[in-house]
Amino acid sequence: MRESRLWFWHILSAVAILFLLGLHMGIMHMGTVLEALGLGSTHPTATAEVFARSQHLFFMITYIALLGTALFHGLYGFRSILCELSLSQSLQKAIGRLCTVAGFALFLYGTYVAVRVFQMKGV
Amino acid sequence: MSTSKESGKMKSIVFEVLRYDPEKGGVPHLQEFTVPLHKGMTVLDGLHWIKEHEDPTLAWRSSCRMGICGSCGMFINGLPRLACTNQITQLHSDRVVIKPLPNYDIIRDLVPDFDRLFDRHRSVKPYLIRRDRIEQNSPTREYFQSAEELQNYIQFAYCIKCGLCLSACPTAATSDDYVGPQALTQGWRYLADTRDEGIEEHSEALYSKHGVYRCHFAGACSQVCPKGVDPAMAIQLAKQAAFLKSLGKCQDRPGAPVTPPIENWVSEKQVPKAPAPTVVRES
Amino acid sequence: MQHRYRNNLGLWGWLGGGRYGFDRYAYALHRLTGLGILAYFLMHIFVTGTRLNGPEAWESAMNFFDNPLFRVGEFLVYLAFLYHAVNGIRLVLVELGLLVGKPGLPSYPYSNSVIRHRPVLVGAMVITAVLVLFAGADFFFLTK
Ligand code: HEM
Ligand code: SF4
Ligand code: FES
Repeated sequence: MRESRLWFWHILSAVAILFLLGLHMGIMHMGTVLEALGLGSTHPTATAEVFARSQHLFFMITYIALLGTALFHGLYGFRSILCELSLSQSLQKAIGRLCTVAGFALFLYGTYVAVRVFQMKGV
Repeated sequence: MSTSKESGKMKSIVFEVLRYDPEKGGVPHLQEFTVPLHKGMTVLDGLHWIKEHEDPTLAWRSSCRMGICGSCGMFINGLPRLACTNQITQLHSDRVVIKPLPNYDIIRDLVPDFDRLFDRHRSVKPYLIRRDRIEQNSPTREYFQSAEELQNYIQFAYCIKCGLCLSACPTAATSDDYVGPQALTQGWRYLADTRDEGIEEHSEALYSKHGVYRCHFAGACSQVCPKGVDPAMAIQLAKQAAFLKSLGKCQDRPGAPVTPPIENWVSEKQVPKAPAPTVVRES
Repeated sequence: MQHRYRNNLGLWGWLGGGRYGFDRYAYALHRLTGLGILAYFLMHIFVTGTRLNGPEAWESAMNFFDNPLFRVGEFLVYLAFLYHAVNGIRLVLVELGLLVGKPGLPSYPYSNSVIRHRPVLVGAMVITAVLVLFAGADFFFLTK
């Protein structure tokens, strides 16, 4: 069944996001806690560090993976909420299509950014 | 301190009842009644008292007054409950506020329109579906089922279609399309029944866009169910089954066979003959 | 003419409408946080896109967001993420039928899956609270 398949991916993407976004949030926000505990010294939002990560293959790949999974998970969740508002069937269909199109467009844009910044030299 | 008002010797309690007149339309309003309280009095008894002594036009549905027919569901002091199985003193309040079940249109006063409940119930095809229709319609023997297999669905078969779960559900609060806890549970009740062969027929509504995946485990259905049916569990089990099936971890089971004839069945010889009648009927 | 009165609780039904257990409010909060993170995430895609134009463009974008209003907003999104992630793990387990128990003959006083999994809900909220304390320390005391 179509809805079953979509929901399984919603749940599986949640598990994937847990690791990918956990990593991202850990680096961006727990760095200071780790530093205070003497477990490392990072300034994750400093421009140099942001670009250093962007040009690291590991981070480029995990960013793209996070982009894809989070877009699917978030947009399916958004569609699911809107499907529960007694909107007309045609409007519900249109929302579903809009989410699909927006998801693909944002994924292409984000991937383009990640790959281009990865290829930038000398920053 | 006593939680109910003293009036003379008799304790009494205030009922606030939502009134709605379909001939006039408009917005429903609460009306107060003071009802004398006696030991063991249920909310339903209170309504009967009002109808007999104060206002014969007050309308509600009830029948069995023993939690079996599922007619008397009402929104009583903040929760959907059966009026007949809730004693007034157990509400621990000196006011009883009664409204019709939310998430159903109001027909009149406390009478909700259950079309929505019954339509959704019908959509999951809540009956045994067998491929061999001839055997089903004129059975030669019963279908085989073990006591353990019975445990998989007997709890869900306790549903009395009172509709409390649907009125407690936050998804049903906004969605008219949602199949809802009552119907989804009944769909799963047949999928979990080893005698059933209608997996596709039940699944259609169960796993549709407005089926089990619109449940997000708010748990209110199971909290208010008066029969311990636990719709929230049934819905999660239905999701689990679909998930395992898609992983190839389990297959659709074949429908249970008709029990084979027991050989050397000698019942007629063993049953003792009835004694001769001692009273002779006049003809 | 007979009028039916429409009595759906509507959006209000997500937040209140009765004396229900915490699970029902956890549902509303999961939605709210999900939508919050989604809104931030969509914005985040475009903001981080400024890296395309080099470090200077990136820094001017960062300077634009470097004020108390956005700091507090960012913190709220962070809290939303913590709740959504921890509660999300609970929901994944529950909705795959892992914490709801087995069906059987109901006998009075009735129990149910929601009551049986209550310790998991409490545990999830405790973990969220601990993470929120860490988050607060990071945002307001340790970040220079
Ligand atoms: C940290 C990892 C995450 C986990 C473990 C997680 C888990 C979940 C789960 C299990 C659900 C389904 C709830 C249900 O149907 O009952 C859900 C819904 C949702 N999630 Fe996430 N999620 C995560 C991250 C995100 C992110 C990053 C976004 C935004 C892009 C997001 C947005 C949503 C939305 C909008 C919903 C729909 C809410 C609803 O239907 O009530 N989630 N999440
Ligand atoms: S599942 Fe429980 S609350 Fe829902 S209709 Fe059946 S008996 Fe009533
Ligand atoms: S009157 Fe039958 S359930 Fe209450």
